[in-house]
Amino acid sequence: MTRRQKRDLTRVLAAGALFAVALFLPLSGWMQGVCFALPYLVVGYPVLRKSVLSLLRGEWMNEAFLMTVASLGAFFLGEYAEGVAVMLFSAVGELFESYAVGKSRNSVTELMSLCPDRATVLREGEWVSLSPEEVGVGETVRVLSGEKIPLDGTVLKGRSSLDTRSLTGESLPRDVEEGDAVFSGCVNLSGVLELRVEKPFEESTASRILALVEDATSHRTKTETFVASFARWYTPLVIALALLVGTVPPLIFGEWSVWIYRALEFLVVSCPCALVISVPLTYFGAIGGASRRGILVKGSDRLDALAKVRSLVFDKTGTLTKGVFEVVSAEGENPKEILLIAALCEQYSNHPIALSLRNAWGEDLPNRTVSDLTERAGLGVSASVDGVTYFVGNEAWMRRQGLTPYPTDAVGTRVFVGNEQTCLGVITLADRVKENAADAIASLRRLGIRRMTVLSGDRKESVERVAEALELDGFSAELLPEHKVEEFRALASASSEEIVAFVGDGMNDAPVLAAAPLGIAMGGIGSDAAIEAADVVLMRDDLSALPVALSLARKARGIVLQNLVFAIGVKILVLVLCTLGFADMWYAVFADVGVSVLAILNAMRTLSKKN
Amino acid sequence: MIPKEVIMKKVYRMENLCCANCARKIEEGIKKIPGVTDAKITFMTMKLTLEGEDSLFDGILAEAKKVARKVEPDCEILG
Repeated sequence: MTRRQKRDLTRVLAAGALFAVALFLPLSGWMQGVCFALPYLVVGYPVLRKSVLSLLRGEWMNEAFLMTVASLGAFFLGEYAEGVAVMLFSAVGELFESYAVGKSRNSVTELMSLCPDRATVLREGEWVSLSPEEVGVGETVRVLSGEKIPLDGTVLKGRSSLDTRSLTGESLPRDVEEGDAVFSGCVNLSGVLELRVEKPFEESTASRILALVEDATSHRTKTETFVASFARWYTPLVIALALLVGTVPPLIFGEWSVWIYRALEFLVVSCPCALVISVPLTYFGAIGGASRRGILVKGSDRLDALAKVRSLVFDKTGTLTKGVFEVVSAEGENPKEILLIAALCEQYSNHPIALSLRNAWGEDLPNRTVSDLTERAGLGVSASVDGVTYFVGNEAWMRRQGLTPYPTDAVGTRVFVGNEQTCLGVITLADRVKENAADAIASLRRLGIRRMTVLSGDRKESVERVAEALELDGFSAELLPEHKVEEFRALASASSEEIVAFVGDGMNDAPVLAAAPLGIAMGGIGSDAAIEAADVVLMRDDLSALPVALSLARKARGIVLQNLVFAIGVKILVLVLCTLGFADMWYAVFADVGVSVLAILNAMRTLSKKN
Repeated sequence: MIPKEVIMKKVYRMENLCCANCARKIEEGIKKIPGVTDAKITFMTMKLTLEGEDSLFDGILAEAKKVARKVEPDCEILG
């Protein structure tokens, strides 16, 4: 609690005690008035002061002044208890509001305490501790075990595991060694690391995330604009109604005190605070909660759009699939031997397929004599293993050697293995679907996503295979990067009533991410293009964050709508009851403070750790 | 319309701003100051983003402070 909050709390408690005493003292008349005036002044002093000050500046249509009029009015009508209650409970409400706002602000900045305030940097041969802002690009910083990485950089010396949880929500540590890129905000778990600083503090990952999240609630949603214009009209309207109720009926029916009392009740209900605060509070909490799970949402409006998404278009490579070739099958008389020969012949090649072949073999290669290694770009290699000549490569390479390619039905990239006489077998490699992709797609279906399709530059068969494996609703293949945007637009306009979101990894689809009404980038950590272009960034390269993001967004939107209906509903209801004389001032106090507190409590649900 | 080159954008921290509705009123008041092209108060972060004509900026800021104090007597715009 801040000092101000503590002071207000003391005020409320003292006034509350005095109020209780006044309620039980068997007094009447002006003596009773004096007893109630005591708690009234204790708790109401700041409001009275504020209303006088703003009145002097010519501003009277504010909460403080209206509260003052309502409560003093109640006093003059002899309703002392009500007069005190108006002040006391509005103070309670305000205290609660400031506590709630502070709490959610803290929960976001706490997550953002990922920015360390010291960096150990090498200057003239000595390690000195400086503020990270003072460290320049190219300098060397040292991070001991247990410390946070202060700036984005590359590892110069040392190996360690990093806890990236605060950035990605991922609990598994990430291993790094010399040459790897590391990001500010990660915690060094084991060894000592020396880093070359690659980015200044403000441009390092942790600072940028902090800025994005802090800035997110300044992008307003339609609901907020609606609430703002509602608030603009609401107070003057209620005051006008109060004047009407306080003058017209008594002129006709008499009973001035009854109608003035009702008019004062109107003034108590005239503050739209509950509504105005609960909307940004909800979004702020939700955006903070999302970033704790490694989901970066760049604005309240984007969160709202995410809640309304009914259709998704995925990029294939790197998004639905791993983007790395893996061996799917090895066929031949002796599949193991086929794989071994391929691995041996490809052992010195840097080609991604060669790498996958070596990975597929897994263990260390046995000691065989490999000689006469020649590589033909776009075709394959030939080599002699223990004196036998082998050819490893694509179909064209086999035909060139006069060999008939080994028959196969497997879909993917094929690598044939043959000797001088015959083609011995075939290895098929494919870009594998990510392990949790199917689960994520199923969760999205359960969340009511009606249409999911995939876009890719890859060959038709490969894309079709992925679309089938994941039971997607359609696919478009063989698209050049520049055609992806057009294709996406075509897909999006085909389903006009809904928001269509694009999910990509930002590698070569940044234009689509930017063009989409809602661009969702995956594995955003370290990818500037993706963070820049997307509206939502999943920091971890993991599709399962997508349904989580969607439910968070829907929850936030639900809360906003509930609060809207609830707050406006209760206020109108109480105004009607007051006019008809069915409600006393306690109802009005509830419609003001009670609704505010309930709306805030509802908004705070977004901060809960559970989803 | 004021040409883009002469527009200045600055972010200020606000203090003692304790009600969201007041923040909205201050924002609307600041927007009406001559020379201001845009103003936004983010209540959750207590930040005022002020955009206005460069040559008038000092005057704009002084006026903005006045608007803030009129709505909320203790409210300060820092900077």
